[in-house]
Amino acid sequence: MTRKPPEPGVLEARLEATRVKRNWLLSLPALVLLLVGASGPLLIVLVYSFMEPGDYSGVVWKPTFDAWVQIFFSRDIFDDTLGLADAHLTIFWRSVRLSLLTTLITIAFGLPTAYFIATRPGRARVFWLFLITIPFWTNLLVRTFAILEMIRSEGLINTWLQNLGLISEPLQIMYTDTAVLIGMAYVYLPLMVLPLYAAIERFDFRLVEAGYDLYANRWQVLRRVILPIVKPGIVAGSILVFVPSLGAYVTPRVLGGGKNMMIGNFIELQFGQGRNWPLGSSLSILLLLIVMVALLFYVRVSTRESER
Amino acid sequence: MHLIRLTTATAAALLATTALSFAEGELNIYNWGNYTNPELIKKFEEKYDVKVTLTDYDSNTTALTKIEAGGSGFDIVVPTGNWVPIYVEKGLLLETRPDQMENFKNVAERWVDVPWDPGRHYTVPWQWGTTGVAVNKTSYSGDVNTSAIFLDPPEELVGKVNVVPEMNDIINMTIFYVGGEACTEDKEVLKKVRDTLVAAKPKWLSMDYGTTDKLKSGEYQATVNWNGSTFRARLENPEVVYGYPKEGYPLWMDAVAVLKDAKNVENAKLFQNFIMEPENAALISSFARYANGIKGSEAFMPEDMKGAPELDTPEDLQAAGQFIPVCPKSARDIYTAIWTELQK
Repeated sequence: MTRKPPEPGVLEARLEATRVKRNWLLSLPALVLLLVGASGPLLIVLVYSFMEPGDYSGVVWKPTFDAWVQIFFSRDIFDDTLGLADAHLTIFWRSVRLSLLTTLITIAFGLPTAYFIATRPGRARVFWLFLITIPFWTNLLVRTFAILEMIRSEGLINTWLQNLGLISEPLQIMYTDTAVLIGMAYVYLPLMVLPLYAAIERFDFRLVEAGYDLYANRWQVLRRVILPIVKPGIVAGSILVFVPSLGAYVTPRVLGGGKNMMIGNFIELQFGQGRNWPLGSSLSILLLLIVMVALLFYVRVSTRESER
Repeated sequence: MHLIRLTTATAAALLATTALSFAEGELNIYNWGNYTNPELIKKFEEKYDVKVTLTDYDSNTTALTKIEAGGSGFDIVVPTGNWVPIYVEKGLLLETRPDQMENFKNVAERWVDVPWDPGRHYTVPWQWGTTGVAVNKTSYSGDVNTSAIFLDPPEELVGKVNVVPEMNDIINMTIFYVGGEACTEDKEVLKKVRDTLVAAKPKWLSMDYGTTDKLKSGEYQATVNWNGSTFRARLENPEVVYGYPKEGYPLWMDAVAVLKDAKNVENAKLFQNFIMEPENAALISSFARYANGIKGSEAFMPEDMKGAPELDTPEDLQAAGQFIPVCPKSARDIYTAIWTELQK
């Protein structure tokens, strides 16, 4: 409507106006859904993070910044000095560290997998992609318990290794950070493979030949020719893996044995047994902010790529 | 105990809602999930020609929040005993005087003057249990009636102990262990509590629920556990024994109360009286496998529950069991801080 009508076209302008109006109406359901289903609840979480915790649950309508201060600083329970909340920082750092490691592991496994699939002939490619998506049909909890059955003391891996005589005592993999890493890498691997596949599939393998023709060795071809072109795929995959890993709740709970919390578990503690909803809310918002920073980073990297 | 019942929407709910559609009256019960014997409901419906609707919840907080909001439409709620005073204080319960009901004579003396409802003016026993320790005899044959099993594990159990992540139970058991009182805010005591827990943690394998299965399979050799869960584990693995920590251990009882805004007060009272009948109380227990506090109900219980060591507390260890009140917020804040430090 604000657009200037081209030349004499009063009619076109009217047409344009109705088109805009119709588009608005058509997108209304989506807008309402976003507002009611996403922004609305988020707003409640945001408001709650500035309230005082209620006695048994919920919040008291008294505005305060306590929940936000509590994330970073805590009063020592015994000598009452205000200090950095090192327990919280440890939990945050563990989450970020495990998520980064998960991302690296999925790249290490995803890149060869995607390369393998992308270099198959058409029919076979569809079949391999289909295999990659199969885990998505199963509930996350079920997949996590499948991993549990593999790695627990009496599980498949330990039984095999013992039968083969390679080990005498079962390996304690369960309830360690390694278990959490195995679980998360397994669960999020498809999210890495698919964008990598999309990137490699478009790749023109004549470029590799050209590289060899120009006396590049294998390593140089990988580093100078293949990687720069599949980089957007790696970045997209990394975001897709890193973001859910950061908020992971089920996997660390089931496989990690709950001895060491990740952010997701810590937030749950605040809404459950800790009964400190404001702190849980501020932690959730902080997690969201971290994810947003990661996404902004992605947008910047990918736009720079396309400008090039 | 809460996670055990967390399994939602059970066959019980279905059976109860579809049974009699044209009954005289109605009764809306709000109870823990997977906790109510469908046979009990059916029997009540047939006897009084009442249509019962069962709705379930997964935690005391959920139940209280929903009921406090008002207009829930429920007649009966089954909170854990220590939550009853909160309901009373907020004026949510109807004083139905179960102590004057016909079947009250069946309530065991031990459960008449409970701290959270002295003289039973509001509530009727549903089930009760203890939080103690469970140990696999093959790994450790020493004394199991102590919290040292997880707070100072014997050599044989180091690295093989699980602790359920139930903050209140664990912190209070540790408070008892170092010689304090439930819900204490005494800094000296709490410092010992924190140090004991932090020192014990490296000797633990995990902090996890799902104890019944893992005790059975031998994933861990000892754990903090509830008596009913240990009972179920022992039925399949006879090496499992249950210990009542002599330093002190939590007792809990879920209690049937009628809501002040109940629409079917008479039916709700009938139900309170109905479940104090030994035969009916036995139905409750045979489903969820906890004791019920009604004299003479043992006679009607399944054979494997009679004289089970997990359900019959030894005489000399009965006094160590305590009902833990819902601790005040100031105490809980400290506990959460200790807990966070423990799990960081």
